[in-house]
Amino acid sequence: MKSMRLAGLMRKEAYEIIRDPSSIAIAFLLPLVLLLIFGYGVSLDAHHIAVAEVVDHPTHLTASFLGELNRSQWFRPTLYPDTASAQRALMKGHVSAILWLRSDFTRRAYRRGEAPIQLSVNGVDANQARIIENYVQGAWQVWQQQEATREDKPLASPVVLDARVWFNPALRSRDYLIPGLIAIIMTLIGALLTALVVAREWERGTMEGIMVTPVTRTEILLGKLLPYFVIGMGGMALSTLMAVFLFDVPLRGSLWVLFGSAALFLLTALGMGLMISVVARSQFVAAMVAIVTTFLPAFILSGFLFDIRSMPRIIQFLTHIVAARYFVAILQSTFLAGDIPSLILRNCLGMGALCAIFLGLAFARFHKRLD
Amino acid sequence: MRAILQRIAALTKKELLALLRDAASRAVLIGPPIIQLVVFGYAATFDLKNIPFVVYNQDAGVSSRDLIARFTGSPNFHLLHAVHSQKEIAAAINTESALLAIDIGPDFTRRIERGQSAHMQLILDGRDSNTAAMASGYAQTIVRNFNQNWIAKHGGTPSSTVLMERAWFNPNLESRWFIVPGICGILTLLVSMLTTGLSVAREREMGTFDQLLVTPLRPTEILLGKALPGFIVGTLEGSLIILVAVFWFHVPFNGSILALYFGLFCFLLSTVGIGLMISSLAVTQQQGLLGVFLFMVPAIVLSGFATPIANMPIAVQYITLLDPLRYFLIILRSCFLQGAEGSLLWPQYLPLIAIGLVSMTIAGQLFRRRLN
Repeated sequence: MKSMRLAGLMRKEAYEIIRDPSSIAIAFLLPLVLLLIFGYGVSLDAHHIAVAEVVDHPTHLTASFLGELNRSQWFRPTLYPDTASAQRALMKGHVSAILWLRSDFTRRAYRRGEAPIQLSVNGVDANQARIIENYVQGAWQVWQQQEATREDKPLASPVVLDARVWFNPALRSRDYLIPGLIAIIMTLIGALLTALVVAREWERGTMEGIMVTPVTRTEILLGKLLPYFVIGMGGMALSTLMAVFLFDVPLRGSLWVLFGSAALFLLTALGMGLMISVVARSQFVAAMVAIVTTFLPAFILSGFLFDIRSMPRIIQFLTHIVAARYFVAILQSTFLAGDIPSLILRNCLGMGALCAIFLGLAFARFHKRLD
Repeated sequence: MRAILQRIAALTKKELLALLRDAASRAVLIGPPIIQLVVFGYAATFDLKNIPFVVYNQDAGVSSRDLIARFTGSPNFHLLHAVHSQKEIAAAINTESALLAIDIGPDFTRRIERGQSAHMQLILDGRDSNTAAMASGYAQTIVRNFNQNWIAKHGGTPSSTVLMERAWFNPNLESRWFIVPGICGILTLLVSMLTTGLSVAREREMGTFDQLLVTPLRPTEILLGKALPGFIVGTLEGSLIILVAVFWFHVPFNGSILALYFGLFCFLLSTVGIGLMISSLAVTQQQGLLGVFLFMVPAIVLSGFATPIANMPIAVQYITLLDPLRYFLIILRSCFLQGAEGSLLWPQYLPLIAIGLVSMTIAGQLFRRRLN
């Protein structure tokens, strides 16, 4: 390998980048736009959930219960005169849940006990429905405690559960979604930057021109890889800055770990793009493969949104070929928990193995001959 | 008129051939969407099963053992092992081998038997806060049942109120019923982007688009010829995907098929229009690919596929009004789960038709501009 030849190839690739500014756009515009939209748009924290409240017979007791419920910022209550109108509102999607206190609520609560509070949630979005149920349960328990203290009748609760959430006590979903998003965005950058570069040269016939020169195939592939690596790391730096300063995600681990693992991940993502490009040979097919194999697998199988541990065994096994999976784990941990050596090492090994496979395949399938 | 139809048919046929003749592009177009539906359908769930946890039990009594047995007996939880110090808890959580840890103090059973409240500490890994909140909810339910059971057995005042929960349209709150129709929408979007997003850009780069422009075909006819393959492939693959959702994943289909197919048509109108718009704006395929991602990724993220639109800030909620997938997901979920009739869905159909007409017009204008 001659460093002068490699430098020449890299300079040529740099000119290509400058001539068609879409590469620069991929590295900087893409993270900017996507992080802004995602950062503000993606949240699993429900606030101001529209709830229909139906009270058949309002009393002090119903007022105190609804008061506790409505005091929280979670609900945006609307009073409906009867259950039929509330049900229509649920059907139309105007409200997500109905809370119904029947006419005998107060009487039963004071006499026999166990007066029903009926909560109907729209179960179409099951996750959201569970969150609503959890919120109502929490408010109901707080209210019971208050009622018990007010009436001086200690509430019998043998076991009290104290839940403590480490790393993210306020349960801000943004704090874990944004580090995950960086992994998704880096996947896109990596694949988009290199998916077409080799196929393009085959299609235009310029690859034949390169082949008659003395450069080796390692030099050709490295010349393709390194300029995009530099651009990609720029995108990573931009994403990190936005996460920390714009979205206030705490960064508890070290920058060394963050950028070290990012470099390895970027190499893996670029390697995957390069492999697609080498194998596909036509830009059209390479682009299609890139669209199909990058975003959706990273979005759904990386653990960014859906917990990998809850997936069926065989799918869990499949997630190991998604490079973003390892990077998401490192990012979430490095941002929220700090440097945890065994976790970092485990995931870096996984990424390293995939990186070797992708680059190895790209190298093996890239022949310096015309056929 | 006949000549026009013939010309459009010829161009459609040529486009379909360009897509399907090449074995590699044919394979990419047909295989992955179906495989992805099956894989993602299983993978994408918010329901927690087998949450790995560790227990640090310093109590030797019956009650703590009873309570822990309720956790190990639940399908939601999976006991990894018992630990013997706070430090081991930290290690298990930090390395992500356990999602939660239960910490029970030495006087747990004694306090309960004396009629006092005993505390059970739950330590959750908050790195994935949604999972943590869900797991905490499951644990709350187990503890509440334990308490009710204990009071029923040992006496004490039952609580004056009970909370009765019922979920409409999805009684067991299976998140798969919510997610799989969403994946149907995403994959239909993917297929229509694959068929249209690069079609003009590719001809531009190869120089064959100029040849197309000197044929007797009018810009509108070129537009239709380029759009029809998207409709044909999109409808066929969309149908296949919906069949898999119904017969493989057993997502209940309660609505009208007609309402669903009209929705699919409106959705394809808008996505094919946007695909052609991206494709005719791009000069190279690299730019076309960038355009496809710059549209597709936000379209999926902002569609309400996994994170509800209602949680977004108001300004972003307005942006989602431009997202065709947003409307199609509502149509899909209404048809699958709510059993909606078509008449209720006009607020979804109309914006899709509007987006389709506007983007088709712009794409046509972009062709025309090249003519002059």
